Amino acid sequence: MAVSLDLLVNAIVAGILLGGFYAAVTVGVTISFGMLDIANIAQPAFILLGSYAAYIVNSYLGLDPILIGIVMLPVFYLLGMAVYRLYYYSFESRGEQAIQGLAFFFGLLFVGEVSLVLIFGVDYRFVEAPYIGPSLHLGLVDLPLRMLVPCVTSLLMIALLQLYLSRSFIGRAILAVSQDGVALQLMAASPMRIKQIAFGISTATCALAGTFLIIIQPVEPSIGRDYIGRIFAICVLGGMTSFPGMVTAAMLIGIVESITATFYGPSWAPAVAFGFLLLTLAVRPAGLLGR
Amino acid sequence: MRNGFFWIAAAVVGTAVLVLTRVFFTNEYFFFAAYVVLQYVVLSTAWNILGGYTGYTNFGTGAFFALGAYSSVVLHKMPTLLHGSFDLTIPQIPLPIMIVVGGIVSGTVGLGTGYLTLRLRGVFFAIATLALAIVVQTLIVNWDYVGGSRGIYIIRPALAPLGGGYIQYLYTLMMVLAVISVGIARTIERSRLGLGFAAIRDDELAAEAGGVPTLRLKLIATTLSGALMGMAGAPLPYYVTYLDPTSSFNLAYAVNSVAMPVIGGMTSWIGPVIGAILLGTIQQLATVTISSALNLLIVGLLLIGFVIIAPNGIVGLVQARRRARGARMQTQPQAARAA
Repeated sequence: MAVSLDLLVNAIVAGILLGGFYAAVTVGVTISFGMLDIANIAQPAFILLGSYAAYIVNSYLGLDPILIGIVMLPVFYLLGMAVYRLYYYSFESRGEQAIQGLAFFFGLLFVGEVSLVLIFGVDYRFVEAPYIGPSLHLGLVDLPLRMLVPCVTSLLMIALLQLYLSRSFIGRAILAVSQDGVALQLMAASPMRIKQIAFGISTATCALAGTFLIIIQPVEPSIGRDYIGRIFAICVLGGMTSFPGMVTAAMLIGIVESITATFYGPSWAPAVAFGFLLLTLAVRPAGLLGR
Repeated sequence: MRNGFFWIAAAVVGTAVLVLTRVFFTNEYFFFAAYVVLQYVVLSTAWNILGGYTGYTNFGTGAFFALGAYSSVVLHKMPTLLHGSFDLTIPQIPLPIMIVVGGIVSGTVGLGTGYLTLRLRGVFFAIATLALAIVVQTLIVNWDYVGGSRGIYIIRPALAPLGGGYIQYLYTLMMVLAVISVGIARTIERSRLGLGFAAIRDDELAAEAGGVPTLRLKLIATTLSGALMGMAGAPLPYYVTYLDPTSSFNLAYAVNSVAMPVIGGMTSWIGPVIGAILLGTIQQLATVTISSALNLLIVGLLLIGFVIIAPNGIVGLVQARRRARGARMQTQPQAARAA
């Protein structure tokens, strides 16, 4: 096949921008699944909740979607803490089998999706912002602002989180609980409280990831499902706990999807990402950059 | 109860229900609704062989189910294809053969999934099955012969065997499948195979160390579970008459086949049956009286409520009560003596 150079370059650039967004979607799961060992497959439901929050405020007050996402952070933080508390008392403290906890989040995902369908219907919703539409042209390359703004904000958010985890006291406690909860207990800190804060943070990232999602594309309730596999693919590929690994994996998946969509048609793109996941799980479950 | 006796009892119950409903119900809608409930009996029993007995959560029910349905579509179009390209004339393939083929196709994919995910435990297996569902759906969406994303219309044969309308025929076949799958589940439960499955569920490493052939048993579980799901899906094209990827790979199949055993109880063959009949009936009633979106909400809420309040399902609740009563019976005489 004759591959024209500028098409390829544009596909790669679009993939990198997409990857930045995927990183924002995945960072929450890297915290909850990678560090806390809680398989939160309801993550896409929280992300959609973020999208719809942005949609409501944007359509009534006309505020900037990303600003709305930042304002929503504390709300989602509290929501995440509440969900973790329920999860802790129902499953972790009882020492139940993982299968029930998994079913719990699966149910949560489904309830979230159906509730959104009942409230908003299955119409596509979108937000309005000055950067949706125009693009920057740099020589051969087109940079649509609607992709560039979420990508940059997302990388900024992840950098701040990385700084928080490695420098602050609570952040280090979160890393500690991910390595050895019992040892943390011996240092007179409660793993449950630390995990609650961490899960709150992981849910809070959904507020911003949701606004990115609705900036990038119109949103309807069942769209979240497409992200379950993608999120976990990136998380596993990136080696579960490391942010740099996760960002690299997100970019990789973004580029592969974008090239597939450009040269073989968008309907094949999901199979590539998930095929990647299946192969990684089968061949190297520790991830590309895993320990 | 001995296994042979159970099979006979299950067959008798199945036949009795079949005959009674076909004699006394004249409303076609009853058979449409009952077909779905029976289909969920098969699906949740199949799910439970892997999920409940062996402890591996499968979120990809939709994939196995839809593969069964799409293999029927291929077989349905086979006579036309052969006639068109090779000038061969063969008769329309009967539905029971399609069910067997659907089972073989999905069973093979189940075996493949088993091989691919051998090293994966718990959550990773669940995520892999979820990913599998999307990969298979993408393949079907891009396969034009079976309709692609546009979907495909299937025209039912004009005459139904065994008398009655075609829907009664589908209902009868699904009843047979339900009896077979429940019989298989119960036979496994009381056999060495079932003990091996339970050993894997409780502690895979210890089972392996204790000489349980975990690899072979897991492959048997994934193959059997996949095959039964495929068989449940094979009649679907004739039931809906219009098949498209979005509806046949619907997440509702996965949610239901997880929710029903969890709500009924995962350790016993009766659990998925209770869960399927209960939830299936509630959903059918809610769909008719309220709305189809709401019935999915009910399933989700029931699933969350049950895993929190009664993690061992209805069967677990009954067992706990029976045990409590037994304990009381034992302590009462002693109390009387003390007084």
